[in-house]
Amino acid sequence: MKYLSEYRDPKIARSLADQIRSTASRRWVLMEVCGGQTHTIVKQGIDELLHDAVEMIHGPGCPVCVTPLEQIDRALHIAARPDVVFTSFGDMLRVPGSESDLFQVRANGGDVRIVYSPLDALEIARRHPDKEVVFFAVGFETTAPANAMAVWRAKQLDVSNFSVLVSHVTVPPAMTALLASPDNRVQAFLAAGHVCTVMGWTEYEPLAATYRVPIVVTGFEPLDLLEGILMAVNQLEKGRHEVENQYVRSVRREGNRPAQDVIGKVFRLVDRQWRGIGMIPSSGLGLREEYAAFDAELKFGVSVVTATEPEECHAGDVLRGKMKPHECPAFGTLCTPERPLGAPMVSSEGACAAYFNYGRFRSAAAKA
Amino acid sequence: MTSPVDGPNCPVPHGVYRQIQLGHGSGGKMSAALLAERFLPHFGNPTLTKLGDAAVVDVASSRLAVSTDTFVVRPLEFPGGNIGTLAIHGTVNDLAMMGARAKYLTAGFVLEEGLELLTLDRIIAEMARAASEAGVVIITGDTKVVERGKADGVFINTTGVGEMDAAFMPAPERARPGDAVLVSGPIGRHGIAVMAVREGMAFEAEVESDTANLSPLVELLRGAVGSAVHVLRDPTRGGMASALNEIARAAGVGIMLDETAIPIPGPVSAACEMLGFDPLYVANEGIMVAIVDHDSSELALAALRAHPLGTEAVVIGRVVPEHAGLVALRTAIGGTRVVDMLPGDQLPRIC
Repeated sequence: MKYLSEYRDPKIARSLADQIRSTASRRWVLMEVCGGQTHTIVKQGIDELLHDAVEMIHGPGCPVCVTPLEQIDRALHIAARPDVVFTSFGDMLRVPGSESDLFQVRANGGDVRIVYSPLDALEIARRHPDKEVVFFAVGFETTAPANAMAVWRAKQLDVSNFSVLVSHVTVPPAMTALLASPDNRVQAFLAAGHVCTVMGWTEYEPLAATYRVPIVVTGFEPLDLLEGILMAVNQLEKGRHEVENQYVRSVRREGNRPAQDVIGKVFRLVDRQWRGIGMIPSSGLGLREEYAAFDAELKFGVSVVTATEPEECHAGDVLRGKMKPHECPAFGTLCTPERPLGAPMVSSEGACAAYFNYGRFRSAAAKA
Repeated sequence: MTSPVDGPNCPVPHGVYRQIQLGHGSGGKMSAALLAERFLPHFGNPTLTKLGDAAVVDVASSRLAVSTDTFVVRPLEFPGGNIGTLAIHGTVNDLAMMGARAKYLTAGFVLEEGLELLTLDRIIAEMARAASEAGVVIITGDTKVVERGKADGVFINTTGVGEMDAAFMPAPERARPGDAVLVSGPIGRHGIAVMAVREGMAFEAEVESDTANLSPLVELLRGAVGSAVHVLRDPTRGGMASALNEIARAAGVGIMLDETAIPIPGPVSAACEMLGFDPLYVANEGIMVAIVDHDSSELALAALRAHPLGTEAVVIGRVVPEHAGLVALRTAIGGTRVVDMLPGDQLPRIC
């Protein structure tokens, strides 16, 4: 397929893997930030191919996984209302809240619908003026522009029965938190290509300089990841710590200015709780005051809904790269995709789901 | 909050369902659990418990295969077919996968108040055409009408009876290490065709459902290699991955696939990339998996390719003694991964 098969060429892949193995003088520890990258790595067996040259630690870039429990409980609370059509990306429907999930709310009679774009949710609101239509706005900087655009359009068109439950997070504060942690093991990052398509990479330059860590903006196809890993290993071998761009077909240093503008118009930086990680200051996006009428939390008075995050959850260790999914004592036994204990086992971007769905054969072989 | 886990203290599990969810109809693990935990304890008998595509029973001196299937699809009509063609092909194919030749069908219709009669006419006409092509006769039927909103246009149940041949009885448990895994054509077309219409999505080229009667392919295989055909399966809901997992478990063998060999049409892989779906789990209605003795695999391929439905038939993998009960895949770049059954439906991803 055009624009895809050329990034999956087996011959080039093997040659890149050979270069990485011959360049690495020791086993380096790299973190891929984004869950989409984790899935390619595990699905294609890249970690297995490079086992002796690099250790891949899987990062926190799974929007479903880091959405806090209380935000899920708020979503469940709103979705159960008879006057509400609750819309969401498909990933969120199976994520466990304190007592239920959106699939169960739907089975109980709630009107929960999967949409492919927040603008589709806005369209539902325009077609059903008698209903309150709520969109669950989760994700990193990648989904923020479209979500911001939906709110901006709703205000332009005066669609008063539309609102968003916002749980947006941003990448650089999470990377800072990881690097500042005293037990950090990450020696280089593969930054998330699509986040950088929107935001560019200037935000990462001070991080690379302060923590003396190479950061390579990387795409999602097998050759993207192999090339990104090679660039990071080259920097580590030469003692450099710069921001480099592997994903040149999509990312420019300044990013996508119109997308940044619409984010800035609608959202502001707020402190945000990350599920499994905790509070990270100025790490999230919330609606600006001018758009408060579209804030589902205020509209439905659910700010009071709180949930206690369990103090010791291994999902947090996985999200911070301190534990590999299969090292968790519950992995594959008490915790499986159909009976998940934590969100990383549910989301298509979750590291536990990647290990479970693609890797069980390998971990079984490794034990044998 | 209490946790069932000693040590890790994660959010409580919700795998214990109190109501039916859509995932119970996905053909994945939730469907399997529904059967095993709810139905079999009450209905279980040696014939049913085999859970084949069709049941095999002896009546007087003849051996018969019986299969039933209920069809619900939105939209009712889609590129390549409609719910009526599916209702014929689905049941005829289930019989063919047991090696049976379909003879008779019954048809039951649940009609929703307000269904356009012109739509119903088109469905029935296509159904009749598909039945005649497959050489089956609809010998009895039933109609019921329910209030508007209590059904989705029309639901159809068909039950088929076919004749068995004692010399040709493929079955999932007959897969043996060394066997070749063949597929008769490109995967994923039905699921993507239906979804594209339902969700109003346009792709680079229109995808047509592959819905088709597979019995001519089965006849060709039977003629060419006979009992060297160990397993036949039409990978409908749950897709190729679920069908192969069921075979691996039934036979207690492993299956190793070659990613580069699996035929996936361009528009199907484009749609799947966009939605975050894996084509291995997308429904098919007109292809089959054949697991064939290694020595007969070339003959079997040639036989399939002689028919218009089988021109793109290929070997996609082999049955192995290792990792019994698991399906694995060698990736294009040389890694390996597991191809497990999904719990429920595939969910479109966030980004």
